[in-house]
Amino acid sequence: MKKLSARRRHPLAAVVVLLLALAATGGLYAAFAPADKAQADDTAQSLAIDEGKKLYSVGCSSCHGTGGQGSSDGPSLVGVGAAAVDFQVSTGRMPLQQPGAQAPKKKAIYNQAQIDQLGAYIASLGAGPTVPTEKQYSPDGADIAKGGELFRTNCAQCHNFTGEGGALTKGKFAPSLEDVSPKHIYEAMQTGPQNMPSFPDTVMPEKNKKDIIAYLDAVNGEQTESPGGLKLGGLGPVSEGLFGWIFGLGTLIAVAVWVAARTAKAKKS
Amino acid sequence: MSTTTTETRKKEAPAGERVADWADGRLGIYSLAKANMRKIFPDHWSFMLGEICLYSFIIIILTGVYLTLFFHPSMNEVEYHGSYIPLQGQLMSEAFNSTMHISFDVRGGLLIRQIHHWAALIFLAAMFVHMMRVFFTGAFRKPREVNWVFGFLLFVLGMFTGFTGYSLPDDLLSGTGVRFMQGAILSVPIVGTYLSMFLFGGEFPGGDFVARFYSVHILLLPGIMLGLVVAHLILVFYHKHTQFAGPGKTNNNVVGMPLLPVYMAKAGGFFFLVFGVIAAVSAIATINPIWALGPYRPDQVSTGAQPDWYMGFSEGLIRVMPGWEINLWGHTLVLGVFVPLIIFPLVLVAIAVYPFIESWVTGDKREHHILDRPRNVPTRTGFGVAWITWYMVLLIGGGNDLWATHFHLSINSITWFVRIAFFVAPVLAFIITKRICLGLQRRDKDKVLHGRESGIIKRLPHGEFIEVHEPLNQEQLHTLTAHEQYAPLEIGPAVDENGVERKVSGSQKLRAKLSKGYYGEDNQIPKPTTEEYKEITSGHGHH
Amino acid sequence: MSSQENPEENLPSVQEKTEHGSVAVADENPFADPGLPPHEHRVQDIDERAAKRSERAVAFLFTLSMLATIGFIASYVAFPVDKSVYIFPIGHISALNFSLGMTLGVALFCIGAGAVHWARTLMSDVEVADERHPIEAEPEVKAKVMADFKAGAAESQFGRRKLIRNTMFGALAMVPLSGVVLLRDLGPLPEDKLRHTLWSKGKLLVNMNTNEPLRPSDIAVGSLTFAKPEGLEEHDHDFQKEIAKAALMIVRIQPDDIKDKQELEWSHEGVVAYSKICTHVGCPISLYEQQTHHVLCPCHQSTFDLSDGARVIFGPAGHALPQLRIAVNEEGYLEALGDFAEPVGPAFWERG
Repeated sequence: MKKLSARRRHPLAAVVVLLLALAATGGLYAAFAPADKAQADDTAQSLAIDEGKKLYSVGCSSCHGTGGQGSSDGPSLVGVGAAAVDFQVSTGRMPLQQPGAQAPKKKAIYNQAQIDQLGAYIASLGAGPTVPTEKQYSPDGADIAKGGELFRTNCAQCHNFTGEGGALTKGKFAPSLEDVSPKHIYEAMQTGPQNMPSFPDTVMPEKNKKDIIAYLDAVNGEQTESPGGLKLGGLGPVSEGLFGWIFGLGTLIAVAVWVAARTAKAKKS
Repeated sequence: MSTTTTETRKKEAPAGERVADWADGRLGIYSLAKANMRKIFPDHWSFMLGEICLYSFIIIILTGVYLTLFFHPSMNEVEYHGSYIPLQGQLMSEAFNSTMHISFDVRGGLLIRQIHHWAALIFLAAMFVHMMRVFFTGAFRKPREVNWVFGFLLFVLGMFTGFTGYSLPDDLLSGTGVRFMQGAILSVPIVGTYLSMFLFGGEFPGGDFVARFYSVHILLLPGIMLGLVVAHLILVFYHKHTQFAGPGKTNNNVVGMPLLPVYMAKAGGFFFLVFGVIAAVSAIATINPIWALGPYRPDQVSTGAQPDWYMGFSEGLIRVMPGWEINLWGHTLVLGVFVPLIIFPLVLVAIAVYPFIESWVTGDKREHHILDRPRNVPTRTGFGVAWITWYMVLLIGGGNDLWATHFHLSINSITWFVRIAFFVAPVLAFIITKRICLGLQRRDKDKVLHGRESGIIKRLPHGEFIEVHEPLNQEQLHTLTAHEQYAPLEIGPAVDENGVERKVSGSQKLRAKLSKGYYGEDNQIPKPTTEEYKEITSGHGHH
Repeated sequence: MSSQENPEENLPSVQEKTEHGSVAVADENPFADPGLPPHEHRVQDIDERAAKRSERAVAFLFTLSMLATIGFIASYVAFPVDKSVYIFPIGHISALNFSLGMTLGVALFCIGAGAVHWARTLMSDVEVADERHPIEAEPEVKAKVMADFKAGAAESQFGRRKLIRNTMFGALAMVPLSGVVLLRDLGPLPEDKLRHTLWSKGKLLVNMNTNEPLRPSDIAVGSLTFAKPEGLEEHDHDFQKEIAKAALMIVRIQPDDIKDKQELEWSHEGVVAYSKICTHVGCPISLYEQQTHHVLCPCHQSTFDLSDGARVIFGPAGHALPQLRIAVNEEGYLEALGDFAEPVGPAFWERG
């Protein structure tokens, strides 16, 4: 579960977290902004592509083919775009550790610069969605309630009411959306990683995506309030039933044992 | 004495007594109190399970009345403008809107809602455990069969009261459950579509079902349940409580503490304990957070769509059923839905009719007030465990998607597992339980004949090591041998003394067969006889 | 069943009866009931200091309960209904709900705990035996009742006047019919309501997200879109009823990958439109796996193959999802070419 610390209770904690987050995002943005600018520059761009190609041939080509054309072990990457690369590689899903029903989330093994180079290379194979800018995915000013409605129409069927995740066929699953960054949520909707369908801008405009991100942040974010108490995983009646049996009835039976037990007798001297 | 009281009543009788006199003159309370005030209740924790049920039922009624003060059982569409931000401006039924109001704007409303719902889950769970206690100890035997049926009906009615109540907020999860119910009704041959149209006042979801479920949930079903609870309690008082075998405890008495004062304090206190625990649970853990679920819309859904736990086994049935459908002569027989709909009550009936089957097999018409230890009736215990296993397998089926994600399994494999286990697991459970019971019976017999293992190792003069067995005292000996053992039913010879063939009906043969299965040679361990005991104790002497 | 049918030879023989509490017989029967064990005293029974301690404990619990009730009222007054508080390890929760629940819980629990502690440590714990009496009536009582009943029955002439008896049964059997008849207006007759949806020829497919009509170019391979018929708005009075039947799920599959001939015919350049309502019991099915083209129902796991006429490949659904035949109109928008060819949603008897 979440790491919890007493300090978070401090009224200023939210402010501190916000400042830190802003500083971190800003710092990261500053760090990678040159790469963005470099895209305008043909030489820098082709340099990134070259670097990306090298990384690709070492880490990806065994499954996706030497030119990204795909093989029996992995789909073609032509036209998937840099957004797909950014999502898959920076969430650690790619490179795949072992074959299975689905590539799980794990620690990323490339740094952001390398991921951008890989993205540049894949984008050079065929046009596809580009990595979204913060302006695109930032939930500021979005309509949370509309996002909720969109989420229940488009997302909840796989990811659960508040994004706790759920099962798909034959061992596949829709992952939990807790602690997933807005950028990755945006990229996932844009590109449809693995078995998830995509929700391109033509049917779900950028504004809708922002609404959804804002809704998720409101109902399953760090600061989300669960007024009634423990969320019990947000899974609904199954976890509620288990809790009721174990802690509700369990406690009551323990109490009943005490009520009915014989009081200790005085020791015979 | 009575004359003096009469003469001096006006001066001396305290106010309480005068009130009691007044009531006695009209209600006859003294005769009632004479029979019941010092009524004896035996002490055992498992005898309090029924009280958990009773008290949670009372808590549900109290909190339910409070909720009706704020809830609007209407499906009129309104826009939400309460204090919960993520639903602002959303269209929802008035039912959902008023439940949001209770949860976010009425002070303490959320707490009462959570107490109501948690108490309902605990009520059903406690009834289940209470029913199993009665089952495994044989407390359902004569004269308590009728009370067993009352209890069973309370459990079933509790399920439906729960289901209708759960549907009232008209949230996305419960609406999905109602949709499922409507689909199941549609599957009924011939009249399905009519039933559905009448129940929902037209096509699903229509604008009527919340109001209709409301009157069923707060009036019809609880009214019947209240009557049954009262009847159940009257019978408990009338029959007097059962007790476990032990020194001084016979089939003709009941040993324990009197109602006044001990059980008044214990049972009365237990009500507060139950209420207190449920209130604390409701402060700590949230239940049915409808704000996170959103209002119902028939084109929206969430994964992990399950009913409350007591309906979980029916969910399991419907999930694992293969999709059979027969189309003939322009009609459709929806077996994929209708078969589970038929098995659903049968699962419950299987356990409900058991007492009557057992009493037919034993032919025992005597009253039983001494409880069985489950090990001493291996076939019944085996059947009970098999039934629980069956129920649990279906519960697993009902949550197959969550087991899949949380244990990294394939949903398809779990479904197949449940399909097979539905038939196999109860049989295995029956066999294994029976073996364990017989083993425990043997151990009891050993204990009686050879004493308790003391854990002290002694070396005999010739070098052999033996463990010292301590003989049991008479109280223990009595307790371990107090149970009765039936002999298997014999049909008798096929021909009578005159060589004429006797007519033996099929049901008699079946009965003899079952009886053999219950009480035949390998199905119970003959309990030690006094002769065996004396022989061994005199032969060996004391270790 | 008469008792003759139930020979009782399989009943256990009556146990050797022993006198209640008599020890003398024990020599003969080692398993005999030794009777109630003698009462043993608790510490509180013999040590007044211990009893005092118990008394103080009970009083303490009752006092605690009073304080908790005061705490309850104080919380009710003090905390605004929307105040959030962080409680470890529960998380961010409503301060009011938590404080009300905990104080109420403590107030109630302490009353119960006090009463039980009082009963357990201070009230007499001498076990008492109460005699039972058989439930069955004595034969004389039964004989009296039977005689009374016979007398009453004879006096009513119920058995003799068959005409009265039969007409009374008839009347009693008929009268509940009025109640049944009154239920008729609970709802309309089914007629063909379940066979039709709002879809008809020329109706545009409107995107659920944007409320705009869809063009084929909007639908990318691997994407998932939900649509409703043009003209149906969320504020409409019968929106819920209509969307329950008309909800649509649109995906695009490479025409080469479509295995079912009719599906290909009814699609537009690989854009296929299927009913979103599961054919099992009507859940909105839409867990679309874009690589396998399988859709899974979140309620009961029926799985359909959208690349093969949406036939059922797993689970309890009995038939394929209905497909809506679509085309493109002159303005380039996707439109329906008619209603679904078969009823959507769960199967029913008249479906055929």
